Amino acid sequence: MTNDWNPRIVAFFCNWCTYTAADLAGVSRLKYASNVCVIRLMCSGRVDPQFVLDALAKGADGVLIGGCHPSDCHYVEGNYKCLRRFQLLKRIVQDMGIEEERLRLEWISAAEGAKVKTVINEMSETIRRLGPLGIPGKVESWDREMEQFAAGIEAGESSAEPCGQHAGIREATHV
Amino acid sequence: MSKPKVAFYWCASCGGCEETVVDLAEDILGVVEKVDIVLWPVAMDFKYADIEAMPDQSITATLLNGAIRSTEQEEMARLLRRKSQFLIAYGACAHTGGIPGLANQFSREQILAFNYELAPTVVNEGKTRPLMESTDQGHALHLAGLHNVVRTLDQVVDVDYYVPGCPPTPKLTRMAVTALLEGKLPPKGSVIAPDHALCDECSRKDTKPDKWDFTEFIRPHRKLMDEKCFLAQGVVCMGPATRAGCEAACTGGGMPCTGCFGATSRVRDQGAKILSALCSNIEAKDEAAIEATLGSIPDPVGTFYRYGLAGSILRRKINLPADEKG
Repeated sequence: MTNDWNPRIVAFFCNWCTYTAADLAGVSRLKYASNVCVIRLMCSGRVDPQFVLDALAKGADGVLIGGCHPSDCHYVEGNYKCLRRFQLLKRIVQDMGIEEERLRLEWISAAEGAKVKTVINEMSETIRRLGPLGIPGKVESWDREMEQFAAGIEAGESSAEPCGQHAGIREATHV
Repeated sequence: MSKPKVAFYWCASCGGCEETVVDLAEDILGVVEKVDIVLWPVAMDFKYADIEAMPDQSITATLLNGAIRSTEQEEMARLLRRKSQFLIAYGACAHTGGIPGLANQFSREQILAFNYELAPTVVNEGKTRPLMESTDQGHALHLAGLHNVVRTLDQVVDVDYYVPGCPPTPKLTRMAVTALLEGKLPPKGSVIAPDHALCDECSRKDTKPDKWDFTEFIRPHRKLMDEKCFLAQGVVCMGPATRAGCEAACTGGGMPCTGCFGATSRVRDQGAKILSALCSNIEAKDEAAIEATLGSIPDPVGTFYRYGLAGSILRRKINLPADEKG
């Protein structure tokens, strides 16, 4: 990990509480780490687990979700739905080899501008400590075995050898 | 005019898809009348060299089942792609990775070590493993190599259509073959099955409540099922996140849906969607109680991605090595 690496965090904030709190942090001129990309949703209950997985798969190093405190949801139940999904999603993500600290869910009310600052700074530090997640690069490295193999087939194509005897297969020696 | 040429091929699969072709029963005679089968390793004797000698695109359609996880499978997928006008991913494994896709939770070394050394039923004192190249009594032997990653067919080559299911039903197979023969093809990339959730065609649909309030998820072997919606009985059923088209064969037969048809066209990740649906309907509101309810799903990846891990957003456990040479 190089020193100039900056974590990329995608944050999903609910319109009624956390996003308003982030606004408050802004007008209060609170400074927080700049490596968070905030996406405003109407409710933390709108955070489809697909969004979180997609963010990670497309290169985010961590995902932060912010919603209203329990029993304060503008839509009554949305934050509870988010919490339940989040708890199982964390297990799945761990099973898939991703550290659970890369996901964080926080309840931040519209009045808690300072908490936005604290949470983002903390998360930024946590992710910095964990290092890059780098899924796009990993997928690329997985698919290299195919590129090498395809190149081998193309090289041996004109010789019309029987299946299994192409250069691509010969290259590797051990199953 | 000569008859259109059709090929069937199998890759990492169990053979169940081949069964479905046979399950066409006497209808297969109609198909055989209209087409020339040029490759079907499970039933007929053709040589790969015959396919290699054919001009490119000379096969009208290839129905390929199974995931791609060995060099031989990848080579055949590429060869058949080149020789075929239409390449059809046939069955769950070719479509979304299927059961073999679950191997993407383990490294190649873990898989080989377990299967050749550690499995309780294996006796292999010499720790022998298959070699790609070996000689026996002066004869050189070649075996296919195992890739590190299990892939869906469309992660390897361009795919024209998908026929979902583990296995696809004879009815869908007939639909796909008829569409091909009559030239009435849907847009490229279509899944040849209805585009709505399984619940829509489930016989238990009327007993599906508006809200579930799960306090515990019950595994099917623990309970004698009645005729009601499985989710209403607290049993994980993949129906809400799974494409219809099987005519609810499993739920009609007393087993919950396990999701083999994959998701509908609006959903990218079937596992994430069923997670979403089930979790939002848990009764508990505090972390500990939610955790207790969720504890009754012991293996969420294996349950929600049973047939779809290789084709899911994450595809594979991300901290596994990419280029292990066992």
